[in-house]
Amino acid sequence: MANFTLKVNGTTHQVEVEDDTPLLWVLRDHLNLVGTKFSCGIAQCGACTVHVNGNATFSCVTPVSSIGNSEVTTIEGLSQEGDHPVQKAWDEVDVAQCGYCQSGQIMTAAAFLEQNPSPTLEEIDNAMNRNICRCGTYHKIREAVALAAKTK
Amino acid sequence: MTMKTQTGTSRRDFLKIAGTTAGGLVIGFNWFSCDSPKMEVLSIEQVLAQAKPFNSFLSISPTGDVVIFSPNPELGQNIKTSFPMVVAEELEADWAKVRVAQANLDPEKFERQLTGGSGAMPHSWERLRKAGATAKAVLTQAAAQTWKVPASELTVSKGMISHEGSGKKGHFGEFVAVASTLTAPEEVTLKDKKDFTIIGTPVKNVDAKDIYTGKPMYGLDFQREGMQYAMVQRAPFGMKLVSVDDSAARAVAGVTNVVTFGSSVAVVGTTTWPLLKAKKLLKINYEPDGAVESTADHDRLFTELLASGNAEVKRKDGNVAAAFKAAAKVVTAEYQCPFLAHSPMEPENFFAHVQGDKVELVGPTQTPDRARQETAALLGIPPENVSVAITRLGGGFGRRLRADYVVEAVEVSKAINAPVKVTWSREDELTGGAYRPAVRYRFEAALDANGIMTGYKLKGVGMNAGNTTREGNFPSGAVDHLLIESVEHASTITTNAWRAPITNFLAYAEQSFLDEVALAAGKDPVDFRMELLNRAKTNPVGELGYDVDRMIGVVKMAKEKSNWGKNPSVKQGFSVYFSHKSYVAQVADIDMQGGVPTLKKITAVTDCGLVVNPTGANHQVRGGIVDGMGHAMYTNLTFEAGVPKQRNFDTYRLIRLKEVPEIDTHFVDSGFDPTGLGEPALPPTGGAIANAIFAATGRRLRSQPFIEQKEFSDLQLQIKRG
Repeated sequence: MANFTLKVNGTTHQVEVEDDTPLLWVLRDHLNLVGTKFSCGIAQCGACTVHVNGNATFSCVTPVSSIGNSEVTTIEGLSQEGDHPVQKAWDEVDVAQCGYCQSGQIMTAAAFLEQNPSPTLEEIDNAMNRNICRCGTYHKIREAVALAAKTK
Repeated sequence: MTMKTQTGTSRRDFLKIAGTTAGGLVIGFNWFSCDSPKMEVLSIEQVLAQAKPFNSFLSISPTGDVVIFSPNPELGQNIKTSFPMVVAEELEADWAKVRVAQANLDPEKFERQLTGGSGAMPHSWERLRKAGATAKAVLTQAAAQTWKVPASELTVSKGMISHEGSGKKGHFGEFVAVASTLTAPEEVTLKDKKDFTIIGTPVKNVDAKDIYTGKPMYGLDFQREGMQYAMVQRAPFGMKLVSVDDSAARAVAGVTNVVTFGSSVAVVGTTTWPLLKAKKLLKINYEPDGAVESTADHDRLFTELLASGNAEVKRKDGNVAAAFKAAAKVVTAEYQCPFLAHSPMEPENFFAHVQGDKVELVGPTQTPDRARQETAALLGIPPENVSVAITRLGGGFGRRLRADYVVEAVEVSKAINAPVKVTWSREDELTGGAYRPAVRYRFEAALDANGIMTGYKLKGVGMNAGNTTREGNFPSGAVDHLLIESVEHASTITTNAWRAPITNFLAYAEQSFLDEVALAAGKDPVDFRMELLNRAKTNPVGELGYDVDRMIGVVKMAKEKSNWGKNPSVKQGFSVYFSHKSYVAQVADIDMQGGVPTLKKITAVTDCGLVVNPTGANHQVRGGIVDGMGHAMYTNLTFEAGVPKQRNFDTYRLIRLKEVPEIDTHFVDSGFDPTGLGEPALPPTGGAIANAIFAATGRRLRSQPFIEQKEFSDLQLQIKRG
């Protein structure tokens, strides 16, 4: 067990966990930030996506010991009122079916648009291909990312 | 036209208000993190604290806020939005004042509290309408009494009751107290469908905001003070536990216990991560407890059982032997599909707290009552001692119709005498059983000299599939001499309903084979199907399991909307299927421009009767097609010595965003009451794509997944939208 100081959503937290504990489980089991989802655990589906220093990151394979002073942002911290342009676009397009993968989808899209504010449709496809949606909401995900790019 | 209907309201349904508060109905458990209340909009809890229950489905507060309870588990089929839409329509509620609450399991109040078979809407359509109409009638009566005017002179719209003569106007809440002294009428008038203002409009998902801000709402998000976490190692299929060495697992920091029940071993701890590590350190000895099967065994069994199995005759029309003897041409083909896991994005999990002869259950289930019954049976306690709170489900696809993962949580809670949440890893989910069964079909068709199909034989062999056929389905009723048989093999590999059970693969096989027969008959695939449908309409053979006119309706519209056969550079594949009371025709377009086959579009025409929520309906059709396409193209589950070889999404391949073509959806306005859409769009897709691939390349794909077939390997099929 070791002590880690983490900056998550602008707040500093102390946790005592094993070095190899993935950020995902620190967020979910220790900080009660359960908006970040567990699904595959091996960086294949993207349900666990968070931002580490603004980069979309699979938290399920990111050991807590690798975070250091980096700023972690989860879906709960993406915006104060749920009104980040990507969240608004998701609502406008009414993307979700079961909804379980959508926080990861939104985090991937938000980081992507930060780095590429005016993407082509092909760039959107490439960026969003890393997240799986088992319900098959892919058409709406693509539409919502394009809308967010237009409105942000 | 409006319709008078008996309410069927019983005293049980219609709760007198005196002394009742509904506050306990909605939140039977505490989330650690709750919404920060916004004062301008009352939360469900705030509304319920002062609301009066009108019946099982709705409560109305003096503020005029309406809480509608959604009894059925929500797993993405959007029932939590569409059910309340129906109640609110007949209530004439203001949708902006409606809050929706997930009801807990309560068989006293609700019938059929389950999600499966696309059956919720057809089952509840009338009941929901009556619930809304009955409450409206009582509120209207209360207003009439308050204002001393005849109820017949009152109008109700958007949560307001008005009396034109006196100019009086008031919202629902103002009449709740008086309404509580009245009794529900025996008969109510339902609205004319043409007057619907909520039904038929695109209403957004009622949980959208919570989903997009990461609020705790799924079973996996549930936490309780003092709760332990657990993960379970299950035995390979056909094996049983002999002994376990748990010393290394127990040595992992954060592991508090290891318990064994049956052939399962549970590691218990204070958080999840130590359990994922500890489970891998368990040293378990198993021994055979039945057939330890591999995929090679299944392939051999399929061949043997098709040749010699004890087939059960499911349907027999005419004299099949004579028809094949007299045939000018016979077409034969075999089709095969693998086992599949359900792989909902949220892995199986459940919270259980056993306390003496009482049990509290919380989690994602499609069948809360089964969870209750199996728990009661396990512990030998009355079912009413088991409470079940239904969380939102991160997908289901049929997996959560079973209660195996619920009962595990009960076993662990009982063993450690503490509240516990059992979580499955993805590896547990893919190796833990209850799969879509593997099936092989053999088809034979007899054609006469005019290319008329005079004989048709279908024999299916399934691995724990039950009946592998749907013997009443098309082309039954359109062929004079027909034989449909099914053979069951009792495999040790467990199976379960999987979105559109059996038809999820049978439709592909049937619709592909019909294309093979059309080709042999020298006919256009759509013309060939129409010829058969016209036969079934004018002179049906035996009983029809489908409505011919509705099927013809979707065929014709799909032909028109897809520009069938009009563009020489686009090669098309057709498919039409009836399942779960809805009719869906699909056309897949493969563009051959530039010499590279490119799957660009799927056109889907659906007759599900009245479309309650166009947004939800579009979602279900497109999602069903993506699901049907993904599994037909990419996904396989194979076995070696009773253990699946694909253990996570790196090898168990699910369809991704770049792999979906454009999907163009249309709905037939057939005038029928609504049927469900969670399943019917999935079955036709594999056939439409396979038939398009054949039209484009001459390659016939008779096994899934396509990418593993040698006929597909060098096609270099591209998928592009637009």
